[in-house]
Amino acid sequence: MSDIAIRVQGLGKRYRIGRARREARNHPSFFRRALSPFGYLMEAMRRPRPDEILWAIRDVSFEIERGAVVGIIGRNGAGKSTLLRLLSRITEPTCGRALVRGRVGSLLEVGTGFHPELTGRENIFLSGAILGMRRKEIARKFDEIVAFAGVEKFLETPVKRYSSGMYVRLAFAVAAHLEPEVLLVDEVLAVGDAAFQKKCLGRMTDVASEGRTVLFVSHNMIAVQNLCARVLWLHEGRLHADGPAADVLNRYLAAAFCARREQHWPDPQGAPGNDIVRLRRVCIRPEGGTPADPLSTSVPLIVEVEFWNLRAGARLHLCLHVLTEQQAVAFTTGSNESDALTRDNPLPEGLYRSSCRIPADLLNSGVHRIVLLFLINGLKIVFRHEEALLFEVLETGGRPGAWYGKEPGAVHPKLEWETLPLIGGTAASA
Amino acid sequence: MSASTLRDIDEAAGACVAAAPPAGGGAGGAGRGRAASQAAPPTVVIGEGASRGFGFREIWEYRELLWFLTWREIQGVYRQTALGMTWVFLRPLLNVLVLSVVFGKIVRVPSEGMPYPLFALVALLPWSYFSGAAARGARSLVDNMHLISKVYFPRIVIPLAGTVSGLVDFAASFLVLLAAMQFYRMPARIEMLWLPLFLAIAFCLALAIGLWLATLSVKYRDVSFAVTFVLQALMYASPVIYPAAMVPERWQFLYSLNPMVGVIQGFRWMLLGQNAPGGAAFAASLALCLAALAGGAYVFRRTERSVVDLL
Repeated sequence: MSDIAIRVQGLGKRYRIGRARREARNHPSFFRRALSPFGYLMEAMRRPRPDEILWAIRDVSFEIERGAVVGIIGRNGAGKSTLLRLLSRITEPTCGRALVRGRVGSLLEVGTGFHPELTGRENIFLSGAILGMRRKEIARKFDEIVAFAGVEKFLETPVKRYSSGMYVRLAFAVAAHLEPEVLLVDEVLAVGDAAFQKKCLGRMTDVASEGRTVLFVSHNMIAVQNLCARVLWLHEGRLHADGPAADVLNRYLAAAFCARREQHWPDPQGAPGNDIVRLRRVCIRPEGGTPADPLSTSVPLIVEVEFWNLRAGARLHLCLHVLTEQQAVAFTTGSNESDALTRDNPLPEGLYRSSCRIPADLLNSGVHRIVLLFLINGLKIVFRHEEALLFEVLETGGRPGAWYGKEPGAVHPKLEWETLPLIGGTAASA
Repeated sequence: MSASTLRDIDEAAGACVAAAPPAGGGAGGAGRGRAASQAAPPTVVIGEGASRGFGFREIWEYRELLWFLTWREIQGVYRQTALGMTWVFLRPLLNVLVLSVVFGKIVRVPSEGMPYPLFALVALLPWSYFSGAAARGARSLVDNMHLISKVYFPRIVIPLAGTVSGLVDFAASFLVLLAAMQFYRMPARIEMLWLPLFLAIAFCLALAIGLWLATLSVKYRDVSFAVTFVLQALMYASPVIYPAAMVPERWQFLYSLNPMVGVIQGFRWMLLGQNAPGGAAFAASLALCLAALAGGAYVFRRTERSVVDLL
């Protein structure tokens, strides 16, 4: 008996972006703004220009059977969270529709509706009510919730006095005891320690085994693989792939980690760019090597960017954002920090090559992505290339401790350490 | 995923669109509680074809949440104060003390034969309730943004909770008033039974203003500045510190269009035996109040769908 729990038909959600003007509000033009109070109003009424429109979700259709556990994967900004928000009715779709059968519970963030001044006991009832539980239902599960969270002793303490771990445990415990027909979960596993995450995963498996439908957004591929039989892959707001978990995950990982160490556009017409800059070549290589050589943490890396400057006299400079596998920015660097030509000189029209040397012992091992940005006049982004380079840096074991696998952290710099004997230390060497 | 089950879910959806059968989820309600635990859970339609009704049924389904939010509002306010709930009684007393000194003793505003503190307290009761509830309603959406952006429920529950929670303070202040009447040896009057009516008018007006301002505040944060000013202006436009009779005759009708004028006059009539509100102006003010409420509710329900995107 397989019936449909969720059916999504041509769902789309459009957002208006381009807040540059509004963010400038706190700047020195405050007085000018105070004198022309309707500027904001006019701005808000104006029809958005095409470049201010962003489709967070577009033309997405799928069906999910009752009792299925489906993972949703995709890069940041692919529309995963927007999809869950639409399905949980937090926001309205711009077009299309979705039919959801049964009570929907959404776990988009733990601690929804907690009031810091109220005690743990009071917050269990409050948060439960907000998540859609009846008072009787909460009362029935109260002991179970408290035991799951392990906060028996602190029930009468205001939650603002809780440690952050206790807070999160209690919040998740309430949410985990919801009994909706459809459960939407967004990356809640990103909080808490490993033991707690394990507990959460266990709870979600239980929920699924009770015949409830679960939609699970995560960047944790291992969790997705363990929990889900089927995976939806969203890419730039569209449904890119939909199928058995192993299948889709393999394709996703292949696409994400397929190295892109060099890109070359011999023809300026087809190259990425605009009427100010146009790319010719980008590559990353170890110092003294070629892009085909392996990259290691113990050898400096050279990033080279060749570009055409099409606007004579543009004060152009480059900026690199180096991202880790988790899509967190490890660091950013700008050519104007150390390069005289792009610091503040107007560049004549022509072809240029910028190179950036990333020193050894800075990056952590793992997959990295480099986003390339061109800025004009030191602040305005004129061009942004999201996937300029994708590469994996290997730990070559030059450092002690490399045995134990990857260190946590966005970067793993080699810093200067020194230990001096203060008392008694000299005796040993004597 | 057979053809028959597909038709099934479409029919369920169709039923929701028509919103006809009371057994269905009605108004796209999430089918909470009892209905949900039974065999066939109702289908929620999101986006095209979703019910556009006002959704009283849905609000009713979320009544427990309304209760909890109200309770949270009340609980949260007096936590970690040395005097705790004593403040509920203290606030009206202190207010009246200030007003009595300034307007009773110094300015010597006439109080139509009543002791000025009693005269002011009777008006202060509905006024404090009204202004507090309206201000809470106006702020409610912005203040509870963290909730709104994380979980679905009919948003109207939030301003509603702000309006309802003020009733507790009102009840406490009313006890203070009864004590004051005892002190001044004022007999209880049978007209006091009209209290729910006048309180209901204040409730409706506060909710109406709260809904309008909450809707606006989503887009324009200017509202939070405007609210203080509007309420202050409205206080001077209501007979809180002076008797309504001081307003010149030719302005009386316009003046009485303010529903709070009728409410305060009503309170003075019920409790102190002064002139009752009435006449065309009072009726018009009631109509105005109800129109504002209906309009506010409509505008609110319309914007609540996109509230998250605007906040």
